[in-house]
Amino acid sequence: MLELQHVSKTFNPGTINEKKALSDLSLHLAPGDFVTVIGGNGAGKSTLLNAVAGVWPVDSGRILLGGEDITALPEHRRAVHIGRVFQDPMMGTAPNMQLEENLALALRRGQKRGLKWGVTKLEREDYRALLADLGLGLEDRLTAKVGLLSGGQRQAVTLLMAALRQPKLLLLDEHTAALDPATAAKVLELSDRIVSEAHLTALMITHNMSDAIRHGNRLIMMDEGHIILDIAGEAKKKLTKRELIDRFAQSAGYALETDQTLLSKD
Amino acid sequence: MSVSAYFASLSLLKLVKNLPGGIAQGLIWGIMALGIYITFRLLDVADLTVDGSFTTGGAVTVVLILAGWPAWAALVVATLAGLLAGLVTGLLHTKLGIPAILAGILTQLALFSVNLHIMGMAANKAVSVDKYSLVLSLRYVPAAILTGAIIALVLVSVLYWYFGTEQGSAIRATGNNPAMSRALGINIDNMKLLGLSLSNGIVALSGGLMAQFQGFADVNMGRGAIVIGLAAVIIGEVVGAALLGKRRNFYGTLSFVVVGGVLYYLVIVVVLWLKLNTNDLKLFTAVVVGLFLAVPYLRGQRKSSFARLKKKGGGGNA
Repeated sequence: MLELQHVSKTFNPGTINEKKALSDLSLHLAPGDFVTVIGGNGAGKSTLLNAVAGVWPVDSGRILLGGEDITALPEHRRAVHIGRVFQDPMMGTAPNMQLEENLALALRRGQKRGLKWGVTKLEREDYRALLADLGLGLEDRLTAKVGLLSGGQRQAVTLLMAALRQPKLLLLDEHTAALDPATAAKVLELSDRIVSEAHLTALMITHNMSDAIRHGNRLIMMDEGHIILDIAGEAKKKLTKRELIDRFAQSAGYALETDQTLLSKD
Repeated sequence: MSVSAYFASLSLLKLVKNLPGGIAQGLIWGIMALGIYITFRLLDVADLTVDGSFTTGGAVTVVLILAGWPAWAALVVATLAGLLAGLVTGLLHTKLGIPAILAGILTQLALFSVNLHIMGMAANKAVSVDKYSLVLSLRYVPAAILTGAIIALVLVSVLYWYFGTEQGSAIRATGNNPAMSRALGINIDNMKLLGLSLSNGIVALSGGLMAQFQGFADVNMGRGAIVIGLAAVIIGEVVGAALLGKRRNFYGTLSFVVVGGVLYYLVIVVVLWLKLNTNDLKLFTAVVVGLFLAVPYLRGQRKSSFARLKKKGGGGNA
């Protein structure tokens, strides 16, 4: 479904702040793959997601989505096929617009936005049902401004929005990191449900090793712009945190213990 | 002049006589404020193009009417000229990466020369209601109020509809959260171009109305238009919130922008009636708008600020 071929990206090239964020990275996701991404700060996890989303052009390499070369497409054109949830709950929704207006914007992701009415009666009923499904009591607040919702509610709505129009790929960029543990667990559970119900292909960054092991069918670990570990299927299911730390030390050539604070273990 | 002599010189009758004209002119400013509302509130951009495009609208209208065009057709062309001015600002901003506020200033400056060219290098051009059939004029104030109100009503309705459509929603989303908008496949550059063009089109339309109302276009007629528009927007929001509260929908918000323009100009009428030097009007307007813009910030400060802690003597631990 998603294929990255020898993708490289360097920030601030030729300056003292030069940072090789992705170096010759290749990755292939089969349809239905739910991949969790872990790695320390600066390992290139977010850079990987941003490269796929098209936040900026990559320096070299190719990115294919569903067989189509999207390397040269700007962010808003790739959005036709990509749903995204950001780390900051404020980033995924328009706070001054109504809940139903936000959902309506998401329903038209990748569609031509013409002079038809922005929210139709028919879709309003769908929204009500979908929101009732979340179990957050949002189905009665369709016309409330999204800015009035809590961070967890907003993140749940953003998830809903990302999947409202079936994306070929769902990108979750530490989307639970800013939430309290209980809310984070709920949003993660919702992510699982949405991914499996709609058979989505997904990439999820997390700082939490347990979450990375528990969710998805495949796990990749990044370090200095490389993928240093790629475990799928049964092997991933049996993975333990201890093992993950050891495998990191083997592959990265230095022990994680020295900077394991970067990866929280629980 | 003594104080009593000053008050004796003020005639209430004269004030009452001036109010209808104030309402008519206020409606025109209110129409302009609708354009400014689009950029300031919906796109979250302070667009300074308007000081120039307001004059462009007036200049184009007067020149075309003098050339024998019907007034309504002249207004259509004036609106198109405004659209174009907004488009230039938008292109400077989106395609050349110039900050929106600077892009507006550049276009405004350029428009000063353009406007002079439009008027054949004259600083002003008169159009007499005696010789030409105008849409509205200060010589027929009741008719001008009616015409102004109808145009404002139509415009409010059209804007209400447009910003409820898929495209209008995308413009609002762009102003509200650009990162989200891109992620949802909205071309935010195009939305900014649309918004800035639409805004300046409306501003130029009101400039064309103003030129007809006062019977001339002047190269300086748009000076301070942005501030007057902001004043109208803010007064409209405050009054709208006070009168309608939470029941205020988007239609109400837009309507109160026009009301804000009228109220603003009525205040000016009163100030003029009090014989304030007209040269001080801009200072007065700037101070009033500055105060209103500061209110939300100062309100926040009252709840939490370092100064407040200091007054309390260093907070709880002191």
